[in-house]
Amino acid sequence: MALPTYATPIQRTYYYAYLFFCAVVFFFLVAPLIAIVPISFSVSPFMVFTEGMLAWPPDPEAWSLRWYRNMIGDCSAEVVSSTVPCSTKWMKGTVNSFYIGIIATFIATVLGTMAALGLSRPHMPYKALIMSILISPMIVPLIITAAGMFFFYARINLVYTFTGVILAHVALATPFVVITVTATLVGFDMNMVKAAQSLGAKPMRTFFKVIMPLILPGIISGALFAFITSFDEVVIVMFMASIDQLTIPKQMWAGIRQEISPVILCMATCLVILSIVLLTTVELLRRRAERLRGIKAR
Amino acid sequence: MLLRSVDDSQINTVFPNTFEEYKKWDKEKDELPPEEVYRALFEELAYGDKIQVGRALTRMNYSKSGWKSLIKKTSRAIKKAVKKDELPDNYKDFLIEANEKWADPTYWYAMGQMVNNQTSIYYWNAIDRTFDQELNVVQQEEDRRVYVQTWLKTLKVSIYVTVFCLILGFPVAHLLANLPLRYSNLLMIFVLLPFWTSLLVRTTAWIVMLQQKGVINGVLVWLGILSDDGRIAMVYNETGTLIAMTQILLPFMILPLYSVMRVIPKSHMRAAQNLGAKPAMAFWRVYLPQTIPGMSAGGLLVFVLAIGYFITPELVGGKDGKLIGSWIAYHLKTTLNWGLTAALGAILLGFMLIFYWLYNKIVGIDNIKLG
Repeated sequence: MALPTYATPIQRTYYYAYLFFCAVVFFFLVAPLIAIVPISFSVSPFMVFTEGMLAWPPDPEAWSLRWYRNMIGDCSAEVVSSTVPCSTKWMKGTVNSFYIGIIATFIATVLGTMAALGLSRPHMPYKALIMSILISPMIVPLIITAAGMFFFYARINLVYTFTGVILAHVALATPFVVITVTATLVGFDMNMVKAAQSLGAKPMRTFFKVIMPLILPGIISGALFAFITSFDEVVIVMFMASIDQLTIPKQMWAGIRQEISPVILCMATCLVILSIVLLTTVELLRRRAERLRGIKAR
Repeated sequence: MLLRSVDDSQINTVFPNTFEEYKKWDKEKDELPPEEVYRALFEELAYGDKIQVGRALTRMNYSKSGWKSLIKKTSRAIKKAVKKDELPDNYKDFLIEANEKWADPTYWYAMGQMVNNQTSIYYWNAIDRTFDQELNVVQQEEDRRVYVQTWLKTLKVSIYVTVFCLILGFPVAHLLANLPLRYSNLLMIFVLLPFWTSLLVRTTAWIVMLQQKGVINGVLVWLGILSDDGRIAMVYNETGTLIAMTQILLPFMILPLYSVMRVIPKSHMRAAQNLGAKPAMAFWRVYLPQTIPGMSAGGLLVFVLAIGYFITPELVGGKDGKLIGSWIAYHLKTTLNWGLTAALGAILLGFMLIFYWLYNKIVGIDNIKLG
């Protein structure tokens, strides 16, 4: 939407002011994420830009991989400083995060897909009610979900276990799968199911041979959403997990509260990269799905 | 959780007989409860399960401080007497002798709050009220009032964040909706990247940006706008919370707005101007009304998310930035006052359901789109 050639000077001013404002907002959105990347390569044990880092030409002394080595559990003398102890917690957290995340994603994807399939049937009774109950974990504040789950799981002895944390994450992640899969099913031609069945396919076979290949992009992006939800979740982990179930977010939380160290920024940088990868995958899948269904890209 | 917020049976299982007798006490006639109450209390303290009594004590302390030490001292005296096999003739005199507080009717009145299996005390506590002797609802003492203030602050912060998100999000959504797809898809990454990035990463990033020696202060000093010792404190106070929460929730405003603006035909604005409206007028009368669904969807979403926010205010907000979520976490994790936790949670949930219902009315819950 460029300016027409006949625009008056005032309109031009407004237009450029508007563009400038938008640029500022975009900057506001991403600047913090970009700012942390260079600091994570700093030598200094504080989360600031040091003089050496800003000097021109760059001072190689000011940059290092020190905190990254600390993060992966390297404890040699040049890595540890007086304020930043060496710890193996980050790696343990990473393993746990992936373990919990992957299992929770798998369960949530299966459950969510089934729910979405059922909900998109035209004759499903109480559709709106079921949908709002399924979606509610997304809207209800996490702290409330966490408190409620804590009381409930305490009664059935699931607090401080992997099972408990995974189940809680499944409950949180399922709505994302339901939403994405439902969105893919909008353009789905139910006659194909009928055709498959009239040709003699059993329901399971129909699902795996006909439905699933078509809604796969939706399922995958739902699964990615589910994964990031579980991977990023801190409130529930804080209440329901003991030290054995330490995850990356919990360790980051503890790190920010106790010893503010650049190691946190190293992990943060890794997470930003992870999110870029996931975002790109989801975007590509979405476009592919829209192309396949013959809907013009938005 | 809702059950927990009114549940008061914990203590009833410990002192069943005492409470049974207590109910017979005619407060009008006698200043102190009758002998039977003292007797039942004596027996239950003497033979009760120690751990159970301990739990009950914690509950009793919520209604009036001083219970814990009172019961502990008394039960020591009772245990001594039982050991020596000297059951007193008059239980009332014995207990009052053991601790003169048993002659103080205010403690007995406080016990009255706990007699029933269900209680609303936690709800009243959650809005800074408590019971007086006659079980009337009164204001909490001055120095124990925190929740009303926190509720108001939570509300204030949420409203501010919603308004800021709207101001910042509207032009951006407009730009994205009107650019050719090639560019808008590219720019969309700027919105989606924060949306996909871990909440904690973004919160950490804001601490790095805003702290005393942080990026923003550094740039301002370098530009000469601030002197080196005039650095602004932007983090660990309400300003920090507002800035960080606005950035974190902004994508939730932009995305619904964008999807609404995308389908508004551009020809409407041109038609309005053709009919003689000034651009501002055309915008105000033609464009803006069509974006209302988007604005209300985004606004409600941001508001609902902001009101229950906990991680960011807790980390960036410092001492005075605490919102209601922090208190819930505090009581759940630290003081273990689960009744109050549940009551605060239930009130918040009530708010949320109202907004959820509104949201459903306005946009329909199945219209939520991701990315």
